[in-house]
Amino acid sequence: MGISIELEVNGASVSEEVEPRLLLAHLLREELGLTGTKIGCDTSQCGSCTILLDGQAVKSCTVLAVQADGSEITTIEGLANGEYHPMQQAFWDNHGLQCGFCTPGMIISCVDLLSTNPQPSEDEIRHGLEGNLCRCTGYHNIVRAVQTAAETMNG
Amino acid sequence: MFPSKFDYHRPSSVQEAVQILSDNPDAKVLAGGHSLIPVMKLRLATPSALIDIGRIDALKGISRANGSLRIGACVTYNEIANSGVVQDAAPLLAEAAGQIGDRQVRYRGTIGGNLSHADPASDLPAAALALGATLHVSGPNGSRSVSASEFFVDLMMTSLQADEILTEVEISAASAGTGSAYVKFEHPASGYALCGAAAVVTRGAGGSCTGASLCFNGVSATAVSANGVAASLVGSDLSDGAIESAVSNLSIPDAAGDMFASAGYRQELAKAIGAQALRTARDRA
Amino acid sequence: MAGESNGAAGFGSSIRRREDPELITGRAKYTDDLQLAGMVYCTILRSDYAHAGINSIDTSEAEALDGVLGVYTAKDIEASGVPGGVPVGWLLPGLKTPEHYMLAKDTTRYVGDGVAIVVAEDQYTAHDALELIYVDYEPRDGVADPKKATADGAPLVHDDAPNNIAFDWEIGDKESTDAAFANAAHVASLDIVNNRLIPNAMEPRAALADYNNITGELVLYMTTQNPHIHRLLMSLASLGLPEHKIRVIAPEVGGGFGSKIHHYADEAIASWASMQVGRPVKWTATRTETYITDAHGRDHVTHGEMAIDADGRFIGLRVDTYAAMGAYLSTFAPAVPTYLYGTLMSGEYDLPAIYCHVYGVFTHTVPVDAYRGAGRPEATFIVERLVDEAARVTGLDPAEIRRRNFISPDAFPYQTQVALAYDSGNYIGALDKALEAIGYDDFRKEQAAAREQGKYLGLGLSTYIEACGLAPSAVVGSLGAQAGQWESAVVRVHATGKVTVYSGCSGHGQGHETTFAQIVASALGVPYDDIDVVEGDTGSMPHGWGTYGSRSAATGGSAIASAAEKVVDKARTIAAHLLEAAEEDIEFEDGNFFVKGSPDQSQSLPDVALQAYLAHNLPKGIEPALEATSFYDPANFVYPFGTHIAIVEVCSQTGNVTLQRYLAVDDVGNVINPMIVDGQVHGGIAQGIGQSLYETAVYDEGANLLSGTMLDYAVPKAHFMPSFETDRTVTPCPHNPLGVKGVGEAGSIASPAAVVNAVVDALSPFGVTHIDMPVTSEKVWNAMK
Repeated sequence: MGISIELEVNGASVSEEVEPRLLLAHLLREELGLTGTKIGCDTSQCGSCTILLDGQAVKSCTVLAVQADGSEITTIEGLANGEYHPMQQAFWDNHGLQCGFCTPGMIISCVDLLSTNPQPSEDEIRHGLEGNLCRCTGYHNIVRAVQTAAETMNG
Repeated sequence: MFPSKFDYHRPSSVQEAVQILSDNPDAKVLAGGHSLIPVMKLRLATPSALIDIGRIDALKGISRANGSLRIGACVTYNEIANSGVVQDAAPLLAEAAGQIGDRQVRYRGTIGGNLSHADPASDLPAAALALGATLHVSGPNGSRSVSASEFFVDLMMTSLQADEILTEVEISAASAGTGSAYVKFEHPASGYALCGAAAVVTRGAGGSCTGASLCFNGVSATAVSANGVAASLVGSDLSDGAIESAVSNLSIPDAAGDMFASAGYRQELAKAIGAQALRTARDRA
Repeated sequence: MAGESNGAAGFGSSIRRREDPELITGRAKYTDDLQLAGMVYCTILRSDYAHAGINSIDTSEAEALDGVLGVYTAKDIEASGVPGGVPVGWLLPGLKTPEHYMLAKDTTRYVGDGVAIVVAEDQYTAHDALELIYVDYEPRDGVADPKKATADGAPLVHDDAPNNIAFDWEIGDKESTDAAFANAAHVASLDIVNNRLIPNAMEPRAALADYNNITGELVLYMTTQNPHIHRLLMSLASLGLPEHKIRVIAPEVGGGFGSKIHHYADEAIASWASMQVGRPVKWTATRTETYITDAHGRDHVTHGEMAIDADGRFIGLRVDTYAAMGAYLSTFAPAVPTYLYGTLMSGEYDLPAIYCHVYGVFTHTVPVDAYRGAGRPEATFIVERLVDEAARVTGLDPAEIRRRNFISPDAFPYQTQVALAYDSGNYIGALDKALEAIGYDDFRKEQAAAREQGKYLGLGLSTYIEACGLAPSAVVGSLGAQAGQWESAVVRVHATGKVTVYSGCSGHGQGHETTFAQIVASALGVPYDDIDVVEGDTGSMPHGWGTYGSRSAATGGSAIASAAEKVVDKARTIAAHLLEAAEEDIEFEDGNFFVKGSPDQSQSLPDVALQAYLAHNLPKGIEPALEATSFYDPANFVYPFGTHIAIVEVCSQTGNVTLQRYLAVDDVGNVINPMIVDGQVHGGIAQGIGQSLYETAVYDEGANLLSGTMLDYAVPKAHFMPSFETDRTVTPCPHNPLGVKGVGEAGSIASPAAVVNAVVDALSPFGVTHIDMPVTSEKVWNAMK
């Protein structure tokens, strides 16, 4: 009993027939091959699966694919537009990642953070990242990366 | 991580949703899904069907008329936290909504889903209680209204009937001289409230307290109202000393403990956090 | 060699990581990202009981479910004739080694113990089928606390281990230590619980096994820190396949912190399942599953005492520890609370008498094994807490008592009373630098003023040492390791002068592709961009032992340096021949060989490489091509050290602890890439802060895991911590070619003591002398009452 859904993923139209219980994260990873979106937990804590759904950062492990019907989705694979997004660049320049597993979700989340608060304080950055866990960096260089990206994007 | 199978319904009206719910006793209503999907992923909930009300426009509005703020059940935490109308008419609700979960959760989670789920450690129940919110509910026999104080029955249990859907939350707009605050002491893992305090105080012309409300999340099986503290504040000058004295005898019935914080400690937190919320509310009044 | 330069990218420069472009764009492939044609999925039914007999297992309903290919139990594995074992790889004298089979046969011994396997066409069905397996359990009593488990009458995990004692181990000299205590002017004494931790690498463990039943070959992609160890144990103990028919590949690996060292049943189960169904089989742990399968860390109950003379000098240290092993002995578990623990008890101090006794104890819990720091954080915590307590009982300042007892910089090499011979160190140097940076004297004034106003600030010192860079093979062999600890490298210069480096290490976030290339760029004078580093594939490189124990730079980096030196030696011979000069007259600088005094007539390394491959004109006895292999066995451990300082504020209303500052001065020897080293320090500190303030795996009296999900177990978030202040002193390692030590674990070793010492300092007006980790707000609040 599949349900037909249509989405726009990273600018491309997608039509899929899905089981109602299929999580959006699984649709992206397993059906569409967009494995940049990671699954790091099963309790909606870690944020590794964060994507932009109609421009807002959401945890794709906590959204059913059917709920996303008709939406526009941007995953980490769709963030760079010929060149790295300033946030990607800032993560690289500031050593904002080590194992890289949390990184796609973290970068997407940080992009969302700056979209609503272009010049966050360190405290606002740290609280803004409460939906994303990183076990490698101690967040130190992630905070630097967001600060750098904010400077770049505010030109 | 892998929910059990279920049927999926996407009604286009509340009426249709109520009808499907009446026909499917094991069904659950899906709004933002941020309370329901996590428990389904752990298979702690295995509904036979989901009724997705997330696309019903009638449930998505925020409006203010005749001194009353009305928020549709499918309005998200993020919308509440950032709505100028809510910030003006019920700043406590906006403040509490802005502290739920994390950014991603706030984009998806809804007020209706939150209150219906009735997690005592979530942030909205105490705010709804402190604001004296009225909850509008639709069922097969039409609509009815329930006060927040009658809505929360027990741990994750509300007075919603199995075939009813929460459609709207109504709150009297804050009057002049009223201040409020939501203060949370969060669980370091879940981000839920070990203790969350929602305070509302109103000062009269002379500065003395003419009305007060103090409610807590996270301490017992439901959000609770500390009526005694509120009563002893009315008529006071709301000084730090008056607040200290009012909370000093605070005792929340049936406080519950877990491996992270004992019941006794939660009681103490309630005093400290409650006083802090009251002081902040006073300063804002 | 460390001083050689290669533009901005050689040894010592903070170049950005070459790993990152793939990671920031989502292109990198981790194990669960891989798909193979015909791939199916495996799930594992796990015991809900800490301890239970299995009367019967009914798999019929699960087998009947659409999409299920097979459901298997221990009986099926036994019937297949494979060895089926999950062995321990470190033996101690008298160690009890009860059988550990890939699935529980008739008894489950912890919540999470594997009971049955499902193989299905898709993940959802594979999980559905788990609910259709019916196990008739006979629940029995369980025990989780390692000290209580040794009591007479406690439930036994294994019948052949009385009182649940897996081993009874000691180090040091009991008699001289007891004598020191008899003569002590002061004794500092503490009872300390070192809290059980769940590793929480962000990538859950996963395996994708592809068994070819025509060729008999198994290709196993898995989340591993050491593919060769996994191949070895998979072959010898679990599957019985010949070692050369198994190829273990580590794709991108998302963190490990020890949890991906160990050989677990699960990856063997996925491999065995692939052998049964003849298709590639993927197993991916859910996060909740990792909580009951990844080896946990720490979990000690300890009594420690320091004897101090009238001048405030340490004269003896006595430690008695009960260390949980969990239900079975994990791969390196017995080494962790013994040789990685008792040997660190001298800390940075000139301690004339030490005695440490350890019981390793079976409990009905997830097995315990190495987790970032592995034994050394536990030892450091004991020593540094006792040093602060010694300061309190003697009335000395915590910095002063350390200064008074440090091993002096001119005393190296220094033989401790607990086996290790420290090769170098300057502990006062790091302490002074840290105290100055933090503004120690000013802080004490600020602290006193704050107390007047009812505000409680505290400062905690942790002056730590660790032994890492595991390890001299003969030494660890004599101590019970069933493995070597040398490391391998191949440096292959291609005909065009481009270079591929193969390392037996297996990074999972450390940035080896960058730092190892930096080593080679400096050693060969080849542009950094012309050098690639390959790791993590048993099909591509010589045997190696992997990445853990802060060993990769010290052993793997040294192996690379040695191989590069061999390449240069061979190239020098060829260059001399081409330049028609004597070999001893040839200089090598910035990638060019030339006759002393005539740098204009030179042969570049690529020139020589081309000639080496053409082999048209090689000197007599020289083989064609230009590459070298090195197997580097270190002469000693390496000994990073330093001073960490935490400043906290304690809220007197709620007991909440806020970390205001965290400063680290580390000495990790020569630094290949300062940016990466700082990043390692940050991460280690964060994990130690996690242990000290937030994290703990909680079992109830019946050994049920209460902190069973990420909602209950607090992995630290960004807003829990401040920005870190880091600095270094540099005392090069005297015995390896790069002068490097290790940095991966330093932060997690040093920081718990710094934070707890700070909290205890803040609470000193309340008479508090110790608080166990994690220092939750409730514990603090109770302590203040």
